[in-house]
Amino acid sequence: MARRTAIVGIGQTYHCARRDDVNGQELINEAVTRALEDAGLTMKDIDAIVIGNMDHFEAINYVDGWSVDGSGAFMRPIMKLTTGGTSGMTVATAGYYHVASGFFDVVLAIGWEMNSSSDTTAAITTCCQPLIERDFFAGAIGPLAAEYTAYIKRFGATEEDAALVSVRDHNNALNNPHAHLRTRITVEDVMKSPVLCYPIKLLDMCPRSDGACALIYACEGKAEKLAPRPAWVHTIAGSRDFVYMGEPFQHEELITLERASARAYKRAGITDPLKEIDVMELYLPASTTGVKWMESLWVCGRGEAPRLIREGVFNMDGQLPVNPSGGPLATNPIGATAMIRVGEAALQIMGKAGDRQVPNVRTALATAFGSCSWSDVTILRDTKP
Amino acid sequence: MPEGKPETIFDVVDKAGMLVQKGRIKVPYTWAAGKVASKFLVGLRDERRIYGIRCPECKTVFVPPKKLCHKCMVEMSEWVELGDEGVLETFTIVHYGEPTVHPVQPPFAYGVVKLERADTGMVHLIGEADLASLEEGQRVRAVFNDIRRGHYLDIKYFKPV
Repeated sequence: MARRTAIVGIGQTYHCARRDDVNGQELINEAVTRALEDAGLTMKDIDAIVIGNMDHFEAINYVDGWSVDGSGAFMRPIMKLTTGGTSGMTVATAGYYHVASGFFDVVLAIGWEMNSSSDTTAAITTCCQPLIERDFFAGAIGPLAAEYTAYIKRFGATEEDAALVSVRDHNNALNNPHAHLRTRITVEDVMKSPVLCYPIKLLDMCPRSDGACALIYACEGKAEKLAPRPAWVHTIAGSRDFVYMGEPFQHEELITLERASARAYKRAGITDPLKEIDVMELYLPASTTGVKWMESLWVCGRGEAPRLIREGVFNMDGQLPVNPSGGPLATNPIGATAMIRVGEAALQIMGKAGDRQVPNVRTALATAFGSCSWSDVTILRDTKP
Repeated sequence: MPEGKPETIFDVVDKAGMLVQKGRIKVPYTWAAGKVASKFLVGLRDERRIYGIRCPECKTVFVPPKKLCHKCMVEMSEWVELGDEGVLETFTIVHYGEPTVHPVQPPFAYGVVKLERADTGMVHLIGEADLASLEEGQRVRAVFNDIRRGHYLDIKYFKPV
């Protein structure tokens, strides 16, 4: 039986296109210091550390060792994990496992990225089979674009539906002091922005950011003392799929997210996610995914997402606010992006989300997306599991 | 690169007192195709034919072929000769250039082509097409390069029929 475990501290850097004033270790340390301050702890209280990023974005291997200056891991156990876009949630999950297993009481999880160090799209392309699709795949945009092309065809969704998601997330980011892009935009702005890969335009796509996030997990008995309102981990579920784009052959859905979220809901006793979840922090790499993936989260039936989006159901004042932080469309330090989802969900539970706080959050869901197409889901609550 | 010259070239840029150092790591790789993919690639090179492979358990016909079915975890050995025509299931039009990666200049289209008798799609470029009038569901046919090397791009692209 796993030990009950909660998030008691969250730290984020500010995010921007490039940080020239710090190196990677120093960037990591900003998030670590803030997470420790948030939980009222010092490094002496930390029993173990988990860290993650995408090695090939900075071309630094053995980040667990290299990062010691910033992570505080000197003479402490640390392990590094990398799973693509999901890295941040994999690291968060490992932080949870460390505590839930009973081996450690207080654990620090760190996700970080200095995307400015390299050509992100060229680096992402190394995830592809070198002999088959690497030549023209070239990053994450193309496959997401092709998925939405199929979705438009099948369900009559529009490019404007995706633009509504972009407007929602970008404008939510105005309330988030940590967000990278903080500019008010309109549907017209999105529609007029340059096409990257039809039907995805510049303002439909996430930026690449420099930044870091750190979370502190603590066991039952300590968590209640460290935080007045800890964010208890109720369940974590993940699904993986083969990365070859031709393979799944159901481009209108995200099967990994369907399976992972169904498993998470079952474990958390959720039968009607639209009603029972108070806020979602979703890893939406493109606005188009904020349309079609809502169905994979079981909040509506197939083809119904465009209607809910047009009605504003997922807006800040809607029934189920999605991405109060602005999500990845506003901020995307890739190795930290998924951890920020968990951190933002935790802030909502803890009532510390400031201007982006949704009232009375008791159940929050965070997702992660990586490669093509992997999904992770975390459910947090204000009550113990 | 002439002999004796370093492979890594450093350049330092001063941005208002914050120094950034530019570098490039060139790492040569040699990727093994393996027996199964080799047969597929030789088929493209020598016969201008596209071969798939069928899983003995779930009967899925994979193209490009691979040794192991990821669903059933069994080895596959039943080869299926596929036609060079199929249906364009979905596509995108790429408007940005990635010169270190892309084999062609933007704008260009690529998509998922479902060949007859195959159960998976084949990701490839779409050529000789009016990009503005591309549509899902339209039939496309493989166009082979005259000079073929046993490479996935021995198929130059798929063109609308």
